[in-house]
Amino acid sequence: MAATVDPTSTQLEKRATPPVQMFYCGVCTYPPEYCEFGNSLSKCKEWLQAQHPDLYEKYYSDVALKAKLGTISQEAQSRLEEETIKKEAKADAKADAARKKKLASQVIIKRIERNKRKFVTSIRGLEAFGVDLKKAAKLFAQRFATGGSVTKNAAGIDEIVVQGDVSQEIYDMIAEANEDGKGGKKGLDILKGVLIDNIELVEEKRKKDTEQ
Amino acid sequence: MRTSPSHASQAFFTDRTQRWQVLLQHRGMFKKFQPSTDIVGQTPVKSSVQRGIRSTLLSSWKIDTETLEEIWPKKESIVHVKCRDHLSIYALHGEPLFFQGHDGPYLPTVRLLHKYPFILPHVRIDRGAIRFLLAGAHMMCPGLTSAGGWLPPADAALPAGTAVAFDAEGKEFAVGVGITKLGTEEMRAVNKGIAVESVTYVGDDLWALQKL
Ligand SMILES: [Zn+2]
Repeated sequence: MAATVDPTSTQLEKRATPPVQMFYCGVCTYPPEYCEFGNSLSKCKEWLQAQHPDLYEKYYSDVALKAKLGTISQEAQSRLEEETIKKEAKADAKADAARKKKLASQVIIKRIERNKRKFVTSIRGLEAFGVDLKKAAKLFAQRFATGGSVTKNAAGIDEIVVQGDVSQEIYDMIAEANEDGKGGKKGLDILKGVLIDNIELVEEKRKKDTEQ
Repeated sequence: MRTSPSHASQAFFTDRTQRWQVLLQHRGMFKKFQPSTDIVGQTPVKSSVQRGIRSTLLSSWKIDTETLEEIWPKKESIVHVKCRDHLSIYALHGEPLFFQGHDGPYLPTVRLLHKYPFILPHVRIDRGAIRFLLAGAHMMCPGLTSAGGWLPPADAALPAGTAVAFDAEGKEFAVGVGITKLGTEEMRAVNKGIAVESVTYVGDDLWALQKL
């Protein structure tokens, strides 16, 4: 006989309530209905319209806009919108300043000769690109099985010092971490955000007269 | 282009803004939370302790065993993420599920609440209060007792100290989680001062912490 469902067992068997399938804004991460309270509303709207036109209609059609006003007064709503514009402008200006600052920042990888054929490599300026220096030093040390640390240089600025001549390798690692489309290789994401064109490789030779 | 609001609504708005600005001094648990410095360590939770947490969740949240099993399967261990100020986050496969302030109740993250909105009782804030909640303010009585707000009816009144989900006027999804400071009937009667303390909300630092 074909299997029949025992009615008593289905009644007794309790089922888990399935989760609500959530959808969040790809720009600000909020549920789209809250994008209006973030500081990127124009970008959020653009994104939603391109990616999910149906949801765009749901949240931004004239009917939806009217409905969401709820009990708030038209005046209060206008103020809210003004504030949103101001917030966006502020966020844009901040992002722009950060971008300019990055563009003007340099990373210097220096090969320093300590003794005859003994080198250390110093890396300066990574912090301007949002890199955690301690983590980066650890990453380099692990990668090259050598010593790596964060120390203050003569000017009192933190820099990474790695034992051995690994300047080219470090350059390559940073380049790999920032290759387009690869989205950061595992473990290298610490180095993400650095502008490759802003890296300079330099060499510091021992002075002849101090050599013995 | 600036609309000129009537004096009445301007006064209302300014008064309210000032009130909220005072409140912004007391921010939620996850305002200015920095994972790199505020997380002390991660430890697996002993199975006896896990059983205790599980039964506490079953008795304090409105959730059945089957659904909890779906969220946090019995055979999988959660990790206790110890943070500063006696704050504990509990994560499964790196995803924060719930947390606990200093001996307070276990509270779901907003993302978990979005998936399972029934686990906490709800209150609703009016549209005017949304932006203040999203800036970290605690919620005042008028934001809940006004026409756009909502509190459970008298026969389902909540006492002070109850974990609640914040719904928002005109919105489908919850915007945060808080703990009542007054009973809901008291909120109606007194109608001033802090009604619900905000603990976590869309866009705060716990919201941003998607992977541990
Ligand atoms: Zn958005």
